[in-house]
Amino acid sequence: MTPIRLVVNGTEHLLEVEGPVSLLSLLRERLGLSGAKNACRQGECGSCTVLLDGEPVCSCLVMATDADGAEIVTVEGLAGPDGSLHPVQRALHDHGAVQCGYCTTGIVMSAVHLLERNPTPTAEEVKEALAGNLCRCTGYGAIVRALAAPERAADGEAP
Amino acid sequence: MTTRLDAPIAVRGGVGTSVPRPDGIPKLQGTFAYSGDLHHENMLWGATVRSPHPRARIVSIDIAPALALPGVQAVLLASDIPGNARFGQKEQDQPILADGEVNFWGEPIAVVAAETLPQARRAAAALVVAYEPLKPLTDMEEAARRGEAFRTLQVVNGDQSLRGEVAIEGYYEVGIQDQAMLGTESGLAVPDGEGGVDLHISTQWMHVDHRQIVDSLGLRPEQVRLHLAGIGGAFGAREDLTLQIHLCLLALHTGRPVKMVYDRAESFAGHVHRHPARMWYRHEADRQGNLVRVEARIILDGGAYEETSGAVIANAAYFSVGPYRCPSVEVDAVAVRTNNPPAGAMRGFGANQVCFAHEAQMDRLAAALGLDPIDLRLRNALGHGDRLPTSGQEITGSLPTAEVIRSAAALPLPDEGPSDDPRRLPGGVGLTTPPGAVRRGVGFAVGIKNIFFSEGFDDYAEARAVLTPAGLEVHTAAAEVGQGMVTVLAQIARSATGIENVEVVFDHTGQIGSAGSTSASRQTQMAGGACLEACRGLRAKALERGGGDRLDDAGVWSEGRLVASLEDLLAAGPLEHHTRFRHAPTEPPNATGQGNLHAGFCVAAHRAVVDVDPELGLVRVVRVDTAQDVGRALNPQSVLGQIEGGIMQGVGLAVMEELLVDRGVVRNASFTDYLIPTILDAPDVEAVIIEEPEPGGPFGAKGFAELPAISSTPAVVAAIRAATGRDLNRVPVRPQDIAGV
Repeated sequence: MTPIRLVVNGTEHLLEVEGPVSLLSLLRERLGLSGAKNACRQGECGSCTVLLDGEPVCSCLVMATDADGAEIVTVEGLAGPDGSLHPVQRALHDHGAVQCGYCTTGIVMSAVHLLERNPTPTAEEVKEALAGNLCRCTGYGAIVRALAAPERAADGEAP
Repeated sequence: MTTRLDAPIAVRGGVGTSVPRPDGIPKLQGTFAYSGDLHHENMLWGATVRSPHPRARIVSIDIAPALALPGVQAVLLASDIPGNARFGQKEQDQPILADGEVNFWGEPIAVVAAETLPQARRAAAALVVAYEPLKPLTDMEEAARRGEAFRTLQVVNGDQSLRGEVAIEGYYEVGIQDQAMLGTESGLAVPDGEGGVDLHISTQWMHVDHRQIVDSLGLRPEQVRLHLAGIGGAFGAREDLTLQIHLCLLALHTGRPVKMVYDRAESFAGHVHRHPARMWYRHEADRQGNLVRVEARIILDGGAYEETSGAVIANAAYFSVGPYRCPSVEVDAVAVRTNNPPAGAMRGFGANQVCFAHEAQMDRLAAALGLDPIDLRLRNALGHGDRLPTSGQEITGSLPTAEVIRSAAALPLPDEGPSDDPRRLPGGVGLTTPPGAVRRGVGFAVGIKNIFFSEGFDDYAEARAVLTPAGLEVHTAAAEVGQGMVTVLAQIARSATGIENVEVVFDHTGQIGSAGSTSASRQTQMAGGACLEACRGLRAKALERGGGDRLDDAGVWSEGRLVASLEDLLAAGPLEHHTRFRHAPTEPPNATGQGNLHAGFCVAAHRAVVDVDPELGLVRVVRVDTAQDVGRALNPQSVLGQIEGGIMQGVGLAVMEELLVDRGVVRNASFTDYLIPTILDAPDVEAVIIEEPEPGGPFGAKGFAELPAISSTPAVVAAIRAATGRDLNRVPVRPQDIAGV
């Protein structure tokens, strides 16, 4: 048993971890936060993306013990106090960028990280930021339209 | 061609508007419950023991080492199956758990249940199976020679003595594509305490699963209830059973809820893939470019068990000529049995393989004739009133082939050549050749596919519309796999009734009859058609009961005056309408493959632009433009989403996706080694939506969402041929097929 301390979506958790447990398993199985998905368990698909001390990581590749002391933000931590959508979620929603949705929460987290650093990304910058998030349904077009500033401007939205 | 359609009732959120999907917000917030997210108090975890051999005799199985491990509650073998030990949608030829022999790599042999997932996996690894490996049959031509056939089909149409003035021949191969839906197979089975079981599952067709589960468990139909859980994509992979029966067996044996989730490697082993193909073609035409005769021989490798191979080979045969008129056709087609992984449904269902071949043939024929390849296609374009060149049946619905060809060809091509931004070059920033060395090519292709199940299958969908004090519920057993049917059903319901507040309710198998499979591009018309009928029936009943001429969320109106609220209407008793909707009947083929086999068709054209690095053999698909026949776009945003997503899968098959099977063993069962396109691989897409209403389709809509994945593949390969001059008779095109041009 290894004791660890995590701050997840602003709440502190003191946990005992036994054996090789990924941060993804810990979030899903122990903390009941099933927004991060497991689609490959190899860090290839990005469905499990969360922010660890502000940086996007594949939580399937982070051992829970290595996250000791870290601040984690999952998709569950994005909602406003009234439960409202984060602007990234709103943009993806409005542009029809969700189909089966299995990749969506990971894409949301990668996009939140991008827009925090670059509020007006070009289409190429969106693609570079999301290169680690596989989507099998949408062909990515609606995702780029939702997030790239020039595309949003062309749709009559404030960039 | 003109079609009279009942106009939709004007209502907010009705057909023709881009209504957002009702499950979009929970999916964005992470609260949508996929089958893999389900949890039940006291539940066990299941795991599967699979064969490491493509073919072997099972000498012995020792379950004791597995049973002795901590937490293990059950280890089940074939002998523990109370009912039919074999399953299959058509032929029940596949063992639920192997009995005495295994016939493909990854075939399930045993299932275990334990308190935790790691314990279940350790138990599965601890089972001791002694095998006597046997020589597998892995070559599809060898299988064809030996007569190992699931279905052999000969299609002979027209005057067989006709010959053209120009003839070209070609040989083509298609590798194995995987659906690679992001949500792996998963489910939760909960025993009801009275000998029955509730299965929460991601599937494409609950009722066909139900029939097979009941059969294997030896239970009465009402003792097994399937509930649709949240589905992380499907694309055909969930059309055949995977873990459904295993889950129910474990739950009934242990008396406890059992959950199973495949990991990615197991998912590659656990579900069927797209059929690999070998195809030999001969096209003959007169000097003007009129097709005179097409001969084709097609082999699809169905793998170890039949699954849907019989229907896939039929599609390959009937669409082998493409959307073109031709007076003389002879096709020999066979789906063979081997010891390769079972093949089955994937988006396009047999039409993709032959489209790759017939479109390469059309380009070669154009070159031989000295004609423009688009002109050649237009000259032969099949349309309403023509006869399908294979089955000979008349096209009675819409089929705007010439229109999609003209529209796609008329889209502007990019002015600029290969980019000087390394991010836009083949290989991306890490592997780029100098921009001056990059070669650009443009290619064009057209595809056709049937809608619905064919060949006389009794294809129907049930729906029930229920009036509530708040509005309207539409009940269905159809599977929402991510494509957006849940949105479109609500739109149809609004436009059929005038009521805006509509909820789509997914009933379990005990509450409503089958809606058929979410496949074959059929649910917009089938679940949608049933929804339309049910809602129109409900509206008629409501107007009659209320004594009015208009219905909306307030109630029934008469001559502009509200005469009864929804609550008033319901005070006199429940108000609902149930329907079973059928498309126009089809018939089985005669001995030469002739007959009215299909009830609807759809076409699309794609034009691809590629940049090729001739030194490393890398391809960047710059753009894929398309014109897509949709009948009528019920939700334009959703239509575009299906087009872009389908194109991406077609691009994947063209340049990167292949399940590598070596002597029957899958060698790349991971997303590290089986590559699907990333956002950096996504081409720009411009789509023209062709709206020529389909008779009988809800408000003129037709199913279309397989087409984007069908003709995009040959368009990309044609573009690579144009850039390189190589023949490229195989997909996916690999670097070694191009490098050194």
